[in-house]
Amino acid sequence: MNISRRQILILLPAAAVAWKSVLAGSPEDAPNYKMSDHWWSMLIDISKCIGCGNCVRACQTENDVPEGNFRTWVERYHVSDENMTEPEVISPKGGKDGFPVAQEDGKKYFFVPKMCNHCADSPCTQVCPVGATFISPDGVVLVDQKYCLGCAYCVQACPYGCRYIHPQKEVADKCTLCYHRITQGLTTACCEACPTGARQLADLKNPKDPIHEFLKTHNVQVLKPQMATGAKVFYNDLDGSVR
Amino acid sequence: MSVFKDAGHLFRFAGLFVLAFLIFLVVRHYVVPKSFGEYGHYRGAAMGEIAAHPAKFAGHETCEGCHTEEATKKQAGKHAQVNCEACHGAIYRRLPAPEQPKPNLYERFVALVVKPAPPDPPLLRHAEDPTVKPELPDTAVLCARCHTASAAKPKGFPQVDPAEHYPGPPCGSCHQPHSPAMDGGGVK
Repeated sequence: MNISRRQILILLPAAAVAWKSVLAGSPEDAPNYKMSDHWWSMLIDISKCIGCGNCVRACQTENDVPEGNFRTWVERYHVSDENMTEPEVISPKGGKDGFPVAQEDGKKYFFVPKMCNHCADSPCTQVCPVGATFISPDGVVLVDQKYCLGCAYCVQACPYGCRYIHPQKEVADKCTLCYHRITQGLTTACCEACPTGARQLADLKNPKDPIHEFLKTHNVQVLKPQMATGAKVFYNDLDGSVR
Repeated sequence: MSVFKDAGHLFRFAGLFVLAFLIFLVVRHYVVPKSFGEYGHYRGAAMGEIAAHPAKFAGHETCEGCHTEEATKKQAGKHAQVNCEACHGAIYRRLPAPEQPKPNLYERFVALVVKPAPPDPPLLRHAEDPTVKPELPDTAVLCARCHTASAAKPKGFPQVDPAEHYPGPPCGSCHQPHSPAMDGGGVK
């Protein structure tokens, strides 16, 4: 095909205008943030969690989470040597107001903060009948609340119990990994409020992110790896009794 | 004599199909949101809408921009890694929601498919308007949240039994929370 110089000069600006209209209104067009440069995840260090509940409160404040529902919560495990497979787990008000004082009784105690695992092969997005929940190009599982019907298939499908139906909006709601913050270069509200650094936002596509060194040098696991969900919330020092 | 002599009814039927298909295309154009399918089987614009939610926690970098004295003191002490809003919380005030214009006929039609969600009410944060004042945290409650002794906490974490440690006035009367060693001389 022969295209004259004149034709190219006419076509180029037209192509630029067309491309601009494709990008318009999408976050890719947001200044300083390029979705394709990120693949978000979270690191939770069990050995640092003190069960103060700061993360739960911060999340509820930042995201207007309705009372009685949780986008993140903290569980306290109490495990005996004799029966490791049946730990006693408590999470009063999601750990929002802390936990009752535990007395030394020879058994093992630890806290496990939980949240959406932002799975790469997420079961919740696969069951949505209308395309209202999806994995964004930067690896965050989100809900389009304008499109959601509130059928709750995703609530049933999540193996981690991370979703709920918003009592007022009557649509599915869940952790957005503070998408409104991370796209502005801020960390999540739970990470910002954690006093011990037990939670760290991590970007797996950023070669300079300390997560890479941490994953190489520590015993890190994800929850329910047998379900092959591609969970991206990594737990350091995770006990085998945690389900 | 045409070979299509007896096929008129087939053409009329095909014409109906073409008409139905055109109507389908027109309806589809109006009911499928513009950005649906831009990145996958979802509305691409949803990401921009979620990203537009106002942030309430300003981030410690924002606080440290003005409160340099506290930041320096904190940096030198045991609470160097504790972010400002871990104790002070997010400091903001909600503004009244602006009145929404009445939806026109087309918007009401779209609303049958895409539910209009009420927009987030605007916020005014302490970082933007210093008259939005924080409450001074009660150190008796605040410090106890993290430092009350419990067998469930990591062994290396500093913990005390508040009743036994000092049953008198709140922690802030001896410890300066930004740098909690005893020489801090209490809350200033």
